[in-house]
Amino acid sequence: MADKKEKTEEVTFTPTGTGIRTNGEIIRSTELPDPTDKKHDELGLSDDDVIDMFEQMYLQRRFEERAMQMYQKGKFGGFLHLYMGQEAISTGTAYALNDDDDIITAYRDHGWGLVRGVSPKEGMAELYGKETGCSNGKGGSMHFANVEEHFWGGYGIVGGHIPLGGGIAFANKYKQNGRVTACFLGDGAVPQGVLHETMNMSQNWKLPCIYAVENNGYAMGTAVHRHSTGEIVDRADGFDMKKMVLNGMDVFTVYEKMKEIAADIRENSEPWFIEIRTYRYRGHSMSDPMKYRSKEELEEYEKLDPVERIKNYLLDEDIIDEDKVEEIKNGVEDKVMDAIEFAEESDYPEKEALYDHMFVEDDYPFHT
Amino acid sequence: MAELQFREAIRAAIDEEMAQDEDIFVMGEEVAEYDGAYKVTEGLLDKYGSKRMIDTPISELGFAGIGVGAAMNGLRPIVEFMTFNFAVLAADQIINHASKAKYMTGGQVNVPIVFRGPNASAGQLSATHSVSYDAMYAHFPGLKVIYTSEPADAKGLLKSAIRDDNPVLFMESEQMYGLKGEVPEEDDFTIPIGKAKVKREGSDVTVVAHGKMYHVAKQAAQQLDKEGVDVEIIDPRTVKPLDIETIVKSIQKTNRCVIVDEAHPFGGLAAEVGYLIQREAFDYLDAPVQRVTLPDTNAPFAKNLFDEWLPSPDQVIDAINTVTYRK
Ligand SMILES: Cc1ncc(C[n+]2csc(CCOP(=O)(O)OP(=O)(O)O)c2C)c(N)n1
Ligand SMILES: [Mg+2]
Repeated sequence: MADKKEKTEEVTFTPTGTGIRTNGEIIRSTELPDPTDKKHDELGLSDDDVIDMFEQMYLQRRFEERAMQMYQKGKFGGFLHLYMGQEAISTGTAYALNDDDDIITAYRDHGWGLVRGVSPKEGMAELYGKETGCSNGKGGSMHFANVEEHFWGGYGIVGGHIPLGGGIAFANKYKQNGRVTACFLGDGAVPQGVLHETMNMSQNWKLPCIYAVENNGYAMGTAVHRHSTGEIVDRADGFDMKKMVLNGMDVFTVYEKMKEIAADIRENSEPWFIEIRTYRYRGHSMSDPMKYRSKEELEEYEKLDPVERIKNYLLDEDIIDEDKVEEIKNGVEDKVMDAIEFAEESDYPEKEALYDHMFVEDDYPFHT
Repeated sequence: MAELQFREAIRAAIDEEMAQDEDIFVMGEEVAEYDGAYKVTEGLLDKYGSKRMIDTPISELGFAGIGVGAAMNGLRPIVEFMTFNFAVLAADQIINHASKAKYMTGGQVNVPIVFRGPNASAGQLSATHSVSYDAMYAHFPGLKVIYTSEPADAKGLLKSAIRDDNPVLFMESEQMYGLKGEVPEEDDFTIPIGKAKVKREGSDVTVVAHGKMYHVAKQAAQQLDKEGVDVEIIDPRTVKPLDIETIVKSIQKTNRCVIVDEAHPFGGLAAEVGYLIQREAFDYLDAPVQRVTLPDTNAPFAKNLFDEWLPSPDQVIDAINTVTYRK
């Protein structure tokens, strides 16, 4: 028997230390890598592309700001997880990938829907639970989807969709159709065992898939360093998988890196594991008092607002002027207000719709 | 008696037991620094410190299993799931390990663990967040399953669950956490596991309802009272072991029974209770037993469909009318 030292220190388990509880000391939840220093033309983007990107990002922002107001007015129920602050990721990715590349994500999915062909009307109607919604009112905020345009949807069980991303990539490799899959997950999903099972198979089977962690600093009220050890991106090492950390507050960076990675996958059919650092501006959902983070931290990231950043780029590079910016914003605002009107005027699903979409057959004998 | 919210009753049970037994600890997502996703564990971190109030990552399978292992090795974990809808990921540890370790080792280990959290639906949260799991776990030998409807039952039964040397699943509801009720203040108030309660006495029909559905049944009973129908409500409180005797005794008086269950119809608690009634009280029945359950579909998001999906007092009234041949 080996000698045992007498233990005198206090026992603890989970590290403490979201700013507020650690004697007022502020710990930033993520450190941002530098953004790309390339200009849009060096990245192969035209002036119109950049204007388009701005419009798309502003649409995602405005859609959610208005959705939030409608939620607060009690126009619809359920959860509402806002993507605000992370729009550079959805936008940069959608521009970098081919239109028939596949995207799947978790429940913070409005931006992903909008960037992949869910119209503001269909999106808003889904939030309202109307039959005109992108998922026929069956899914709500967490389950936007547009499978026709290769957006496989948002999923509500943390980590549950990760192997689905792997499976979509598996089918693409099987069919040799050259499509790349991008599977997005939150930092909070990294500790789920299924990620690690899926990464192992993906590397062993050389699946054409990007596993992309949107590290926004928190899983609900738990700061990243409290739920995961070490650097998230280093999870790749154990599987000998290609990896990268990138700045998710800058749409050009996301665009540039996603393009490189997708090209590599198309050439070599090998998965990547990447960590995109970003920040969630709002609470986890609408009922979050946000005591786990400091106002200062939030303000620091608000200064890096990805939507403001691309707007300022357009102005600084004289691609468009203030008037044009206003025109774009007004156009977006009109679209969003039309979407609200559309959602409000749309009908709820018929009562019988309860039994739709359960089985392929339309005469399935439901148990009573 | 003290008036407590459901969440306060649960907290009081945990707090009182933790104060008495150093080996009890709580772990789960957001239980400590966030004070609980639904504020059930509010204040317990300050009181018991981070050794005994442990925030876990989102790793249901892992932390449930760490709980089981710790229980085998002498601790008494209370593992919180943010909802039992997420405990599906931990099912291997609950079903294959917690429920079987004692048996497989020929009795060499005990697994004194409580898995607790909200069960079933909580409004429009759509398909993956709305399922009722009590009967599913009750299917497996080796697990005790409790799903209470009122603060006093919750406190008394949770204290018993924490003291139990077997794995116990203790289920709650997001929508009941704010519900207030009288809770006995006596020292060491407990309720034995496995005892149903007659919550409302009546002579015309027996309604069996537990968890959130107790309140649906109660509304139906109040409505029917105005029409001169005298409804007896039995709340099983413990799903397993099930107190069928109390139900049978009631049916011997009323000769009619409706079971209300927030689960799908196939193989649920309603099916089991219905079977037991025909076995134990066949000769006392004046009408076939009816049940009110969810339909055989997933939970929809749309408000109108969700309302249609969830059992309502009107459906209970219809079922009572059927067994009493009123309409
Ligand atoms: C299996 C499972 N466990 C717990 C939850 C509850 N939950 C929903 S979101 C969330 C935090 C996830 O954080 P992260 O993955 O970082 O995504 P973010 O919200 O930051 O986008 C938790 C705990 C869930 N939906 N599924
Ligand atoms: Mg996160």
